[in-house]
Amino acid sequence: MSQKTLLSAKEIGIILHRLACQLIENHTDFKDTVLIGVQPRGVYLANRIKQILVEDYQLTDVKLGYLDITFYRDDFRRGEKPLEANKTHIDFVVEDKRVVFIDDVLYTGRSIRAALTAMQSFGRPLEIELLTLIDRRFSRHLPIQPDYRGRQVDVINQEKVKVNWIENEGEDAVYLVSK
Amino acid sequence: MSELSVNHLLGIKYLNKEDINLIFETADHFKEVINRPIKKVPSLRDITIANLFFENSTRTRLSFELAEKRLSADVINFSAASSSVKKGETLIDTVNNILSMKVDMVVMRHPNPGAGVFLSKHVDASIVNAGDGAHEHPTQALLDSYSIRERLREVGGKKIVIVGDILHSRVALSNIFALKLQGAEVKVCGPKTLIPKYIDKLGVKVETDLKKALEWCDVANMLRVQNERMEISYFPTTREYTQQFGVNKKLLDSLDKEIVIMHPGPINRGVEITSDVADSKQAIILDQVQNGVAVRMAVIYLLASKIKR
Repeated sequence: MSQKTLLSAKEIGIILHRLACQLIENHTDFKDTVLIGVQPRGVYLANRIKQILVEDYQLTDVKLGYLDITFYRDDFRRGEKPLEANKTHIDFVVEDKRVVFIDDVLYTGRSIRAALTAMQSFGRPLEIELLTLIDRRFSRHLPIQPDYRGRQVDVINQEKVKVNWIENEGEDAVYLVSK
Repeated sequence: MSELSVNHLLGIKYLNKEDINLIFETADHFKEVINRPIKKVPSLRDITIANLFFENSTRTRLSFELAEKRLSADVINFSAASSSVKKGETLIDTVNNILSMKVDMVVMRHPNPGAGVFLSKHVDASIVNAGDGAHEHPTQALLDSYSIRERLREVGGKKIVIVGDILHSRVALSNIFALKLQGAEVKVCGPKTLIPKYIDKLGVKVETDLKKALEWCDVANMLRVQNERMEISYFPTTREYTQQFGVNKKLLDSLDKEIVIMHPGPINRGVEITSDVADSKQAIILDQVQNGVAVRMAVIYLLASKIKR
């Protein structure tokens, strides 16, 4: 197994600030916008984006929720391992809001498809956008593309993109792992 | 550990502590789901479930059916009163006929103890016991423990007294298994005629004085007097039963602490529990009903995830 660094901590920092600025460009004061971190791994990215918006750009009213998609996935009973659920935490109304989904890696698009279905259980948002740190090109199974992308990478199916966060793995880094 | 150790839910005695924890953690997620504006998830859209009720039930049948529908399973219902059972068909034949219509899971209530175990050995489907005679009623015990956990944060170390007709009660037996497994202390309380002979073998103490039992416990689970299962008189009159083993507001107020009151339903108001107690803040009877749907969703989801495609 070999590992190649795709993004360093410094590069991630720059990208996160750019993504935050792009969000501000489109959503200004975030009055009608809500951020939704897709469980499990999108939550770290969502927290960081919110932190930058609040601390560096003094936005006071940024609403952030977590959405678990386990029960909406299309691979129930199809994998070796049972699907494990995570906590959904959305303490605001999404009806008529501009929703931004946040996930770390966009790969087949199936997770986002599940998240789109899951979101419907909470009401009818005005629109849904997608922000992703890594966009794995050429591997989509569904017609889903990000509105905000950190870095686009070309990765073959046998390789894995691993995103580490300082809160969880002790460092900010993105690796390309090949078996 | 994110898989049940069993392929069927036949009774609590076949589960281990990790199974119960997994069911409760999964039920937490479903409890959040059933409080959403749209209370439905598509997980089980390729699963078909037959609810076979060979004995009357309202709450349990509705609760299972709702749980199945909220998981998007296809559901067929069967009740013995309007079926070929009346024409002399055997249980295995009845079930195999239903299974040949491509059913993946069977939820069954049956008057005979062990009916679920018997069925699981003879048919190829996941079986959920929704009550088998005076044997077990595992989902009721799970939702009872889940409700205690919700109110008192945990079940381990808590003192629970089960009051009433222990002899005929599958709820009592499943509850004893579930509570002991989670490390709770259990006492039973009721007329001596309605306490099974070897109950101490289950690690349960008997208390015949209701006041003493209530002073000891954190939670009192009040069972219904099951007149329909009694061929002989186990106590002189209902009035006498109520005087000795009925809970009323005055009795609860005389205790030096506030205990939690549970009841699996249906309530005989004024017999085992008075209306002012049933409707008080101490009673979590309606929480039990709501939690029943979440817990049954968890059980069905976890069992369905083990069904091979």
